[in-house]
Amino acid sequence: MPRRTDIESILIIGSGPIVIGQACEFDYSGTQACKALKEDGFKVILVNSNPATVMTDPELADKTYIEPITVESVEKVIKRERPDALLPTMGGQTALNVTMELAEAGILEKYKVKLIGADVDAIKMAEDRSLFAEAMKRVDLEMAEGDFAYSMEDALRIVETTGFPAIIRPSYTLGGTGGGTAYNREEFKTIVEGGLRASPTTEVLIEESILGWKEFELEVMRDLHDNVVIICSIENFDPMGIHTGDSITVAPAQTLSDVEYQIMRDASLKIIREIGVDSGGSNIQYAVNPRDGRLIVIEMNPRVSRSSALASKATGFPIAHMAAKLAVGYRLDEIANTITKKTPAAFEPTIDYVVTKIPRWAFEKFPGAETTLGTQMKSVGEVMAIGRTFRESLQKGLSSLEQGRAGLGADGRDEIDVDGAAGPESRAEMIRAIRRRLRRPQSDNVFFLRHALRLGMTIPELHEYTGIDPWFLDQVAQLAERESQVRSAGTLKRVDDELLFRAKRDGFTDIQIAHLLGTTEEKVWLRRKDAGIHPVYKAVDTCAAEFEAETPYYYSTYEGTESEVPGPVEGKRTVMILGSGPNRIGQGVEFDYCCVHGALAMREIGCHTVMVNLNPETVSTDYDIVDRLYFEPLTFESVMEIVRIEQPWGVVVQFGGQTPLKLARKLEAAGVHILGTPPSAIHKAEDRDEFLDLAREIGARTPPGGTARKLDEAAAIANGLGYPVLVRPSYVLGGRGMAIVYSESTLREYIRDAIEMDAEHPVLIDKFLENAKEVDVDCVADETGAVTIGGIMEHIEQAGVHSGDSSCVLPPVDLPEDVIEEMRRTVKDFARALGVVGLMNTQFAIYEGKPYTIEVNPRASRTIPFVSKAIGHALAKIAARCMAGETLAEQGFTKEIRPTMVSVKKVVLPFRKMGGADPLLGPEMKSTGEVMGMAEGFGQAFAKATMGAGEKVPEGGTVFLSVNNDDKPAAVDLARRLARLKFHLIATAGTAKALEDAEIACQPIYKVNEGRPNLVDFVKNDEIDLIINTPLGRDSRFDERSIRMAALQYTIPCITTLAAAQAMVTGIEALSEQDFRVRSVQEWHEAAAP
Amino acid sequence: MPKRAYLILEDGRTFHGDACGWAGIRTGEVVFNTSMTGYQEILTDPSYAEQIVTMTVPHVGNYGVTEDDDESRKPHVHGFVVREMSRVVSNHRADGDLDSWLARHKVPCISGVDTRAITRHIRTVGAMKGIVVTNGTSEKEARERLDAYEGLTGIDLAGRVSCRRNYTVTTDGPPAFHVVVLDFGVKRNITRLLAQRGPARVTVVPGSSSAQEILALNPDGVMLSNGPGDPEPVAEYAAGTVRHLLGKVPVMGICMGMQVLGIALGGKTFKLKFGHRGGNQPVKNLKTGIVEITAQNHGFAVDIDSITRGDIEVTHVNLNDNTLEGFTCKDVPAFAVQYHPEASPGPHDAAYLFDDFYKLIREVRRA
Repeated sequence: MPRRTDIESILIIGSGPIVIGQACEFDYSGTQACKALKEDGFKVILVNSNPATVMTDPELADKTYIEPITVESVEKVIKRERPDALLPTMGGQTALNVTMELAEAGILEKYKVKLIGADVDAIKMAEDRSLFAEAMKRVDLEMAEGDFAYSMEDALRIVETTGFPAIIRPSYTLGGTGGGTAYNREEFKTIVEGGLRASPTTEVLIEESILGWKEFELEVMRDLHDNVVIICSIENFDPMGIHTGDSITVAPAQTLSDVEYQIMRDASLKIIREIGVDSGGSNIQYAVNPRDGRLIVIEMNPRVSRSSALASKATGFPIAHMAAKLAVGYRLDEIANTITKKTPAAFEPTIDYVVTKIPRWAFEKFPGAETTLGTQMKSVGEVMAIGRTFRESLQKGLSSLEQGRAGLGADGRDEIDVDGAAGPESRAEMIRAIRRRLRRPQSDNVFFLRHALRLGMTIPELHEYTGIDPWFLDQVAQLAERESQVRSAGTLKRVDDELLFRAKRDGFTDIQIAHLLGTTEEKVWLRRKDAGIHPVYKAVDTCAAEFEAETPYYYSTYEGTESEVPGPVEGKRTVMILGSGPNRIGQGVEFDYCCVHGALAMREIGCHTVMVNLNPETVSTDYDIVDRLYFEPLTFESVMEIVRIEQPWGVVVQFGGQTPLKLARKLEAAGVHILGTPPSAIHKAEDRDEFLDLAREIGARTPPGGTARKLDEAAAIANGLGYPVLVRPSYVLGGRGMAIVYSESTLREYIRDAIEMDAEHPVLIDKFLENAKEVDVDCVADETGAVTIGGIMEHIEQAGVHSGDSSCVLPPVDLPEDVIEEMRRTVKDFARALGVVGLMNTQFAIYEGKPYTIEVNPRASRTIPFVSKAIGHALAKIAARCMAGETLAEQGFTKEIRPTMVSVKKVVLPFRKMGGADPLLGPEMKSTGEVMGMAEGFGQAFAKATMGAGEKVPEGGTVFLSVNNDDKPAAVDLARRLARLKFHLIATAGTAKALEDAEIACQPIYKVNEGRPNLVDFVKNDEIDLIINTPLGRDSRFDERSIRMAALQYTIPCITTLAAAQAMVTGIEALSEQDFRVRSVQEWHEAAAP
Repeated sequence: MPKRAYLILEDGRTFHGDACGWAGIRTGEVVFNTSMTGYQEILTDPSYAEQIVTMTVPHVGNYGVTEDDDESRKPHVHGFVVREMSRVVSNHRADGDLDSWLARHKVPCISGVDTRAITRHIRTVGAMKGIVVTNGTSEKEARERLDAYEGLTGIDLAGRVSCRRNYTVTTDGPPAFHVVVLDFGVKRNITRLLAQRGPARVTVVPGSSSAQEILALNPDGVMLSNGPGDPEPVAEYAAGTVRHLLGKVPVMGICMGMQVLGIALGGKTFKLKFGHRGGNQPVKNLKTGIVEITAQNHGFAVDIDSITRGDIEVTHVNLNDNTLEGFTCKDVPAFAVQYHPEASPGPHDAAYLFDDFYKLIREVRRA
């Protein structure tokens, strides 16, 4: 069956902003799908609200709609483009949900859009737990005991049969939102209440506990001819009870015999056929009782998923690419294996290495959030490491989490000092503490397993506490033993080559070995060099070397001498691009986007391109982006070994965010040529004193401030400046540890408790410019000193909210031309003075009508994709060419583009997943993703961005207002506009009085501690459509916090800054005047072209 | 540090690693298997007789061993090569660990070697003779023994692993059929599935049994089993037997069985460069167009064009290298596949072939 001929145009729906549970893996799948369908001549129409994606690059689809992923908006796209078919399986749960809504609303039928990949019935059967349970019964597969509850009464009845602990899973939610494990009735009621609320169908599943069982996943593919293959088996290191997204997972499965594996394989074939996913990939999760092998089906995702992205990178089999091909009619045996290029895709990959995925959490950003891991996913990113053994891949992965660790402990950063334990009593105390900890698993569980083993706890004992399989525990034990062997050698000289080799083979990094032997990383490296102990590079080839691989996708391992990399390339400049590592808050898909663009540009101009990265969710680790892909840690050691093999002409560090940037100086010192802006310039911009000198030199205004290395020094600086001051550690991204401090006592408290400060890690203290407006400017510069402004973005929230969390608008809508002109001049002066070649981002605060330069970052910023899409020029590509020596003039990019439309960027925040944390914006970045809204005017653009971020833009109803005194005058104006829009206003006493004084009708209500009914009651009764609540100051936080928490729980839009509230009202006004229209970026850019 | 071991290949390439399993020295043909599970089934599959099997999956032994997974009485391999031997056993089915099991069954094993390098070498140069040393024998002595070793070509290995006298396999309930298995090194799962799917009484007879002896058992069908090594020496005695059976009783062949059937029909076999050994080989069923993912273990293949006698139809081809995977005779009730529908280890996609066999038997009965 060849390609279908009855369809010509296909609509693909993306997954929208990055949120916990749905990250850039869908950029990877969507990008593959667009490419796969375009190469077959289909017209591809794409909808995705997330500009920071490669898939929304205008070249990837024929028509790209950066528009909200809502029924309303997608219908407009369908009406305009009239696609023949819709492929709903590439954009995660978001795309599936909106597709189901479109189908139910009759829109697909109305416009005669065929669903390809999975039809409505299949999606329903897989997603609806009762239909799925019935289907499993039909094919004689077991599911956990339990039933669906639609009310608390149902739930209490069901739990009688399942008993405690009981698992609660709400239907149709992301990453298990609203679910959990209840150990008692009280806890049960709380979780069920939240779960019913979180589920769009008010449905929760109550299940028997299978906590502690082994958990597996199989990735299945089926074509329209009913050929079915398994792409990959995955085994969870962490047992049932911890969400797969929060588990360390391993491929292939390690503890299943063939008999058991084939039972699971047979079950998967039956399931995909019974559910009726007619083509494409699905992911099926199982639990196995370790005591008797009883197999239970947990769930199925009838689409590409986070696991399928992992499985693709783990095996080399590109599931999304294949799924797209199968959806348009190809059979598996008609498509070539993209790695071997000779054998067909109809086969099952077999792998001769071990892949370990480790989640990356960001609890440090959410004080107060519940950090125990459970059935609700909380991690924000992941790394995937490849090694020949589990031990090697585990250590590689742990050294790559960007949390300062160099492997499984033994790196000088251990949580507890087992060796320092003075006597048996303190050891016993440690063991007790570890036992307590392991019963409630946390994100750093794996590190405590090592401590436990080193303290003499046994594998059976640990198995009992954690449910982790003894095989995995033994692997950890082997690492602990190896560590002891190395440590007992005493010194680097006394370690024999054999032991050194075996330690490297177990994934011990030079930093760990140095720590164990009391020496330096560099000395270990030299010792290895003398002994000739270097890694070799093996190919990921889908077939365990049975056939020759054509695609250069490599990982390192310590294994004899046979390396499969052909060596440095002759006759071409080799450019190495260092990726951005795991997604975390402050460093997300934007940087992967820049790395991909950098690589593509370098390839276009004829360079031999090499990518280093190990984030499996990304496009940059797709093996067709570069000439050679190294799925490797972004550590100094790892990068230098690759440099040894590739001997690059230059290395690009400015696209991957902080991860590669922090290696820049060390790499340069080791003789590596850093392309573009020199590391010294990066340092100059980061070093407060040097930066201030520079600013003075070029006459740029900066907020007064200083650098402190000691507490008293910090206090002296702050007292000199006058409070409030902005305090932050140098060299950070995403505002980690940044705070606005109002007094000396809080300053001291903060520095002591919250951040690390010493001679190596100075703290920056600046005068905080209150109520200033912030502006971001991105520019690109070439070797000749030419600088072109990429975009000027006016922030909507005032200074004090981290720039990564603020909404912004391009071009600015409310800035005087002279201020803009001054910023342009300042930016160009900085770029020239620093010798920037490539990208530079500058942040300004407009204070009392004058721009102050807050920060200059000579590197890619997270706004690059947004700006590129707003102006229709790929800035990262232009920058890459500059780094390779082309001038801006040669590239024809010498003038600032002034787009005719207005683009607004908004962020999404993960508070719903971080139960317990106050959903308040501040100087520390907390958002996980972003969306873009484009329109002719600001109001419409802002409203679209709001919808894109998944928030409601209320058309009418009740608005609650509670603002601080400073905001009251502006709030009066805002209230007047809302009243004009026929909103009913309610307010707490102070705000109500201000409104009444201005003769605006308003209903006063109680604060939470004043009596009832109070605001929280209104919220819970669904009587409020919008909350505007600006913080009153440090002391009354509690009351406001309960308001915000209730709003969050009941998904009522809650705005915490007046500026954002004003923008929202402007948006509501714009929508009340005219319904929003959709337009492709291609059309926008065409309209903007001179 | 563990005791050292090494593996020398015919062309001199040597791999050093750690000794496990039995402390000894054995020669054999070095091959690789890409299955990610099923080491015990592989070790006990008589088709691996006198081979030194390299597993491409790095961690081996994780789920231990259980008598239930034996495919014959004992391992027939001459050596086992792994990247890493598990120290612990983690599976409720296990009744022992692989390391001790290998020692007990006198299988020398080398771990800690670059199994991927071995695989790539064999892929490039072809399957070859080798010697595993786990008892400290000097490399010089091992080399001499390797040089003296004749290898598998032309050797009747099937004769060595076949049963010496008849035995019966049954299943619960009254059998509907009686099937005779001509044993060239049969795997237990073939007799098990034959018995279950009939249901049938299965009589396993030595591979050297004559047609008269077989027909005297009055079978409803005859299964030509899998088996090790070069099919030519086996065919010297078995091809004639098969020729006599064809037309008189329905015949199905698996692996060696297909090769013997092919030779009986006048065909030739040839040695594949490095064979098919694993559980992920795509085979297309030409009748249905469906791709089956199959378990395979063979170093020789039948050259379809060489079959001169009878009316043959190709039913299955390997999608990786287009070699013949199955054919059916149009003039007599007989068919064969080169791969392993009994799996064990491997996917169950082709298990329907046992049902096809019984369908054929029923058709013949009716006629």
